[in-house]
Amino acid sequence: MSGVWVVIEQQRGRIGRISWEAVAAGNFLGAKTGQTVSAIVMGADTAAIAAEVASKVQGKVVRVEHALLEPYTPDGFSVALEKFIAAEKPDYMIFPHTYQVRDFAPALAARLGQVLIGDVVGIGGGPVFTRQLMQGRLNGNYRHAGGGVCLVSVQAGAFRADALEAGAAEVSVFAPEIDAAKIRTRPGEPFRGSEQTVDLGSAPLIVSVGRGIKDAENLPLVEELAKALGAELAASRPICDNGWLPMDRQVGSSGQTVSPRLYLAVGISGAIQHLVGMKGSQCIVAINKDPDAPIFEVADYGIVGDLFEVVPALTEAVKAAKQ
Amino acid sequence: MKIIVAIKQVPERDAQVRIAADGKWIEESDLQFALNESDAYALEEALQLKEKHGGEVIVISAGPERVGQTIREALAKGADRAIHIEAADLGALDALGVAKLLAAAIKPESPDLVLTGLQSDDLGLGQTGVILAELLGVPYASLILHVDAADGALKVKRELEEGWFQSIELSMPAVLTIQSGGNKLRYATLMGIKRAKTKEVKRVTAAELGLSSAAVVTLQGIALPSKQRSTQILPGTAKEAAAALVEKLKFEVRVI
Repeated sequence: MSGVWVVIEQQRGRIGRISWEAVAAGNFLGAKTGQTVSAIVMGADTAAIAAEVASKVQGKVVRVEHALLEPYTPDGFSVALEKFIAAEKPDYMIFPHTYQVRDFAPALAARLGQVLIGDVVGIGGGPVFTRQLMQGRLNGNYRHAGGGVCLVSVQAGAFRADALEAGAAEVSVFAPEIDAAKIRTRPGEPFRGSEQTVDLGSAPLIVSVGRGIKDAENLPLVEELAKALGAELAASRPICDNGWLPMDRQVGSSGQTVSPRLYLAVGISGAIQHLVGMKGSQCIVAINKDPDAPIFEVADYGIVGDLFEVVPALTEAVKAAKQ
Repeated sequence: MKIIVAIKQVPERDAQVRIAADGKWIEESDLQFALNESDAYALEEALQLKEKHGGEVIVISAGPERVGQTIREALAKGADRAIHIEAADLGALDALGVAKLLAAAIKPESPDLVLTGLQSDDLGLGQTGVILAELLGVPYASLILHVDAADGALKVKRELEEGWFQSIELSMPAVLTIQSGGNKLRYATLMGIKRAKTKEVKRVTAAELGLSSAAVVTLQGIALPSKQRSTQILPGTAKEAAAALVEKLKFEVRVI
């Protein structure tokens, strides 16, 4: 067996922060288990990426390389990693919990008779892996009970990537055989859904609305508040799914990531898919009727109450304060 | 086109959850249950495909007796028949164990297409559909918002991160995991509810499916999450709380 391995994700030669956070999670786990932490990069031509990773990893870096690994397909990645695991026999494989990892890692695990411990937010002694349940209202502590490789993916923001120690890892190439006939899906080029007309990312103040608003006809209530504050209006996914606000106003893993000076969440319970898009905000205010809503776990200020009473009162108070 | 939709019954979204005495799971006795949100979109997609291409929509769900209610609701919305895998304690299984039950019940049906929701609102694993595809030995695509089917092949719209999408082509039989928001959900009609009562619900037990695999990953216990920031709750009436918040926004956050 050969320790902890982190699978780095690259999109067009760029490594996202979440992959460095996965390295940090790997280091955290490796320190607990006393194992070295290595990394793999995957694709058709990974030399540049591997060099970048080698500067931040203490163990080894392996380029899992094949022409059929570009573009990404779940079958290609599963076949390649299955072969890598058979050859290297890692104890732990740590993935960033991205849409791509969610797409192939559960199938890879099943192929190995394993189960991915996905979307992990913490690692305790044992090791015990903590992940969120019930839309973030509860945490569950999971253990890998069987033998063989333990597959774990870590949530964006759960581990800090800014303090990675410099490394000078040795880079080698692993070239798995991949039969083109085993790749059963044909992916198209990524495209933008709609013209992105609102750049929430640069808005200093955001008022965001969620399910608690109940109906599209109640939206003017929060629009008034946003106008009074001089804030952009944003929303959680269900509001955009219902077509009440356009998709380019959506904050969260499938929408925009924002970090304004003020994020005022109205009637948003705070499912993790939403929190990852806004928890970097400087000040978070939550208005929600449910005192146990997960949004209060990240909020600086909270008002527990009926938004249909609180929001109009707040709009009036803001207007008065600005006069 | 023969389509199977795997659906899950989960606690209602606004339900107040309490940790059970043994600390292993939530107290279920006083909970209301509902159809998992993305599974409702999977069902809607299946019903629309049937309307376009003809065929049959079968819903399948695993769980205790109470799951029958959610199955009836799916039948009322237009599914033709159902399979209920009776399992009192799904909590003892991991994602692979549950997918094995579903796969064993689905295989003899030889469907053209299997749809699942993207992930459940309770466990949030988001793995069942993908594992199911692996067990059934068929191609799959996840996070799907739109499905076009023609001549045994599928062209689907897959959601990527940060507002990007991608088309994927694959042949049938296949498994798709459906993201919420791709369609407008329908309500059951009175006629649908009436008809649902006479539709077939085949019941099978986990034992009859001949499976007993030990879990690879086990849930040791559950706990309340620790707070990431210290939240200052502003008390009082709506007016008082609003006034207190404006003070904070003006003098501490300095955005007014």
